[in-house]
Amino acid sequence: MEEFAALIDALVYTRSRNEKLRLIAEYLRATPDPDRGWALAALSDGLDFPAVKSSTIRNLMKDRIDPVLWSLSRDFVGDTAETASLLWPAPDQPPSPPSVSETVELLEAMNRKTVVAELPKLLDRLDPSGRYALLKLATGGMRIGVSSRLAKTAFAQAFEVSVDEVEEYWHGLAPPYPELFAWAADGEDPPDIDNLPTFRPFMLAHPLEETVVDLSDYAAEWKWDGIRVQLVRAGDETRVYSRSGDDISATFPELLDVLPFPAVLDGELLVRGKVQGGEDGGAASFNALQQRLGRKTVSKKMLKEAPAFVRLYDALLVEGEDLRQLPWTQRRARLEALMERLPDSHFDLSRIVEAKDFEHLAAIREGSRDDAIEGLMLKRKESPYIAGRRVGYWYKWKRDPLLVDCVLMYAQRGSGKRSSFYSDYTFGCWDGDPDAGADLLPVGKAYSGFNDEELKKLDRHVRRNTVNRFGPVRETDKSLVFEVAFDSVHESKRHKSGLAMRFPRIHRIRWDKPPHEADRVEALRALVRD
Amino acid sequence: MSAPFSWIKPEPHGIYIPPADCWVDPSKAVGKALVTHGHADHARGGHGETVATPETLAIMELRYRTGTEDDAGEIPHKAVPVEYGETIRLTGGVDATYIPAGHVLGSAQILLEHAGERVIVTGDYKRRKDPTCPPFEVTPCDIFITEATFGLPLFTHPPIEDEMAKLIYRLAAHPDRCVLVGAYALGKAQRVIAELRRAGHREPIYLHGAMEKMCRLYEEHGVDLGELRLVADYSKDDMRGAIVVCPPSALNDRWSRRLPDPITAMASGWMRVRQRARQRNVELPLVISDHADWGELTRTIKEVDAQENWITHGREDALLRWCQLHQRRARALALVGYDDEDD
Repeated sequence: MEEFAALIDALVYTRSRNEKLRLIAEYLRATPDPDRGWALAALSDGLDFPAVKSSTIRNLMKDRIDPVLWSLSRDFVGDTAETASLLWPAPDQPPSPPSVSETVELLEAMNRKTVVAELPKLLDRLDPSGRYALLKLATGGMRIGVSSRLAKTAFAQAFEVSVDEVEEYWHGLAPPYPELFAWAADGEDPPDIDNLPTFRPFMLAHPLEETVVDLSDYAAEWKWDGIRVQLVRAGDETRVYSRSGDDISATFPELLDVLPFPAVLDGELLVRGKVQGGEDGGAASFNALQQRLGRKTVSKKMLKEAPAFVRLYDALLVEGEDLRQLPWTQRRARLEALMERLPDSHFDLSRIVEAKDFEHLAAIREGSRDDAIEGLMLKRKESPYIAGRRVGYWYKWKRDPLLVDCVLMYAQRGSGKRSSFYSDYTFGCWDGDPDAGADLLPVGKAYSGFNDEELKKLDRHVRRNTVNRFGPVRETDKSLVFEVAFDSVHESKRHKSGLAMRFPRIHRIRWDKPPHEADRVEALRALVRD
Repeated sequence: MSAPFSWIKPEPHGIYIPPADCWVDPSKAVGKALVTHGHADHARGGHGETVATPETLAIMELRYRTGTEDDAGEIPHKAVPVEYGETIRLTGGVDATYIPAGHVLGSAQILLEHAGERVIVTGDYKRRKDPTCPPFEVTPCDIFITEATFGLPLFTHPPIEDEMAKLIYRLAAHPDRCVLVGAYALGKAQRVIAELRRAGHREPIYLHGAMEKMCRLYEEHGVDLGELRLVADYSKDDMRGAIVVCPPSALNDRWSRRLPDPITAMASGWMRVRQRARQRNVELPLVISDHADWGELTRTIKEVDAQENWITHGREDALLRWCQLHQRRARALALVGYDDEDD
């Protein structure tokens, strides 16, 4: 664990990507199996110990430190694991750190009851750095500036193999990845994944921004507002994967016995709904789909009221044949031919949007007011299917966001690299005429849309204009206007204003605008479309 | 007979003493100021009369004359030096005694006495050893007015020897690079240099131009800093394998391009928190502070054992809570103008 903790610390303090790659690669070469496999899993967010949650750590700390002192400390640091690692009372005995694999074994053996006694024993064996590494590993999501992709790239670099190959095998294997190390480090045969329903990394798109493309080279499709999924059937089993490669099959059981042949298909998962009609009809807004996300089991009622289906974009593999190197036009032809073999109860085809030229397409995009549409996709006709985001192949061209002027009401400190900065903002609109004494009602929260310079100014604004403190929350004097951008707004019982925005972000900070000129709640309500 | 302690008033801009018509560490220009130490948030320029230790007065004169401060005021109109342990009588029958605070060169706690009542204003202080100034002295009083910069239980400053060892180890591991240490120009920089010398580092240490005068002032006051060189006078190659000290603001500045592939270090108590180090792009965090850590703050409150503790600036919420939990009377003063999170 000392080497792993030292690696984590070094990664935290390293900015350079190359240096991070070098540090991880060096660790992977120098560390024996299975420790290095567990470490790789931890760095790529592949570990999960259900018994240890952030709340577990909080509860452990409550028995060891005054709860007020704990929450003030946690608020200052912005990270539960780090706060606990610093505040854990120093044990009487000298440290006797376990190996990474012993740590994993002990963590796996814990359940919600035993964790209360077992996790402290483990913490007592480590120094503050070790405790930090342990708690990060145990709660999953290291958040130390190392992406899963970076960890895999470092693995490829350590053993001089191709990162694309690593990606291909990765999702068919489980930590501590003995087959992967045997192949890359010891030159054995590559892992066999052909008969496993494994995830293949998605091809992603760049935002179009100022680019103008020639429609003789690019095809246009709607960008549907559901969740991007990959449907995989192999060895008589079907799985549904989300964009990040998470297996979400259990959430959508109706899709598990409708793909009649082995294949890997790319599409948008949507739910049926009567609200959005029209020629592309049958898809409800994202709001309706949201009711079904994140559930481990699904009720019959829900399956009946909001059944899911997949609007297909692409075909990666079909009956053992890998189509990914073919140009998009050929894959599209194959996909169209497949449609008659797929039940239309659960599948349809994302249609091509025809346009004379780019200006015409822009006009079509402007005119689309269907809530199930997020914008347009532009796909180069000759593009192969390549994992990740490659310049020049696919573009996303989102609909322009909706805008509303709101007033900053409350702020909270952020976490991670924004720890200590007041970076999470709650803003409101006027509930009537502000000059006649109307109040502000909170309508949303945003954490993004500003750069580091602006963040510093906002942080200063909050500190200087605080009128009240509620624990970690500061109430400001309501003197600053944000122009807030958002994708859509919906009725919601969860908020006092009765409204909830989707993807709100700070579009512009209106240092110049007097707060009484901000928008009213009714202006926002008029933008509700479902 | 007036009410107890009615002769001392915490105001937003500092501690006011009505019978003497003077202020302690005021954040705006006043007629007469008692100043605890030379840091800009305690020692503003432009007062009619400034009472401080000779070292603090020398620091103030240097800073306000050379115009190194953005909001530089005038050279103190009238400077009244007070030695450590010396008591001066102010008007209205108030006595002020300057007692070492262990923070930086010249730093003092000010003991105020009037009508048999004793109040101490600490300014900033620490309890650790520091080769550049005499140590903090515990002095009994009725009201103890303490800082709380590192007033959260997570702040435990490690032994400075450990931090020096980290620095020297990293330096030796990269003979072709230099280690650039960001440290406040008054106090921290000289303490780091003096501690490096104590740890046996004899090589020349290179300075950013903004640090030179303060280092010379320390030397004039008898602090041995060894051989110091100015970065501007030397080439990249001269500085390979060397330690360079600069103000924190220069760490990520264009200025550092003239250095040989610097490893960025920062000497500050905030470096205890990983994300703080990351925010400053620091590769080598050195947890070195001139303020009391949580253990020192709470120990000092216990040792001084005043009837009442007033907390001036920093993380006052947590220290207030601690006092409450330990049945000690305390209140937080909302003073403006003290740097919130600088060290």
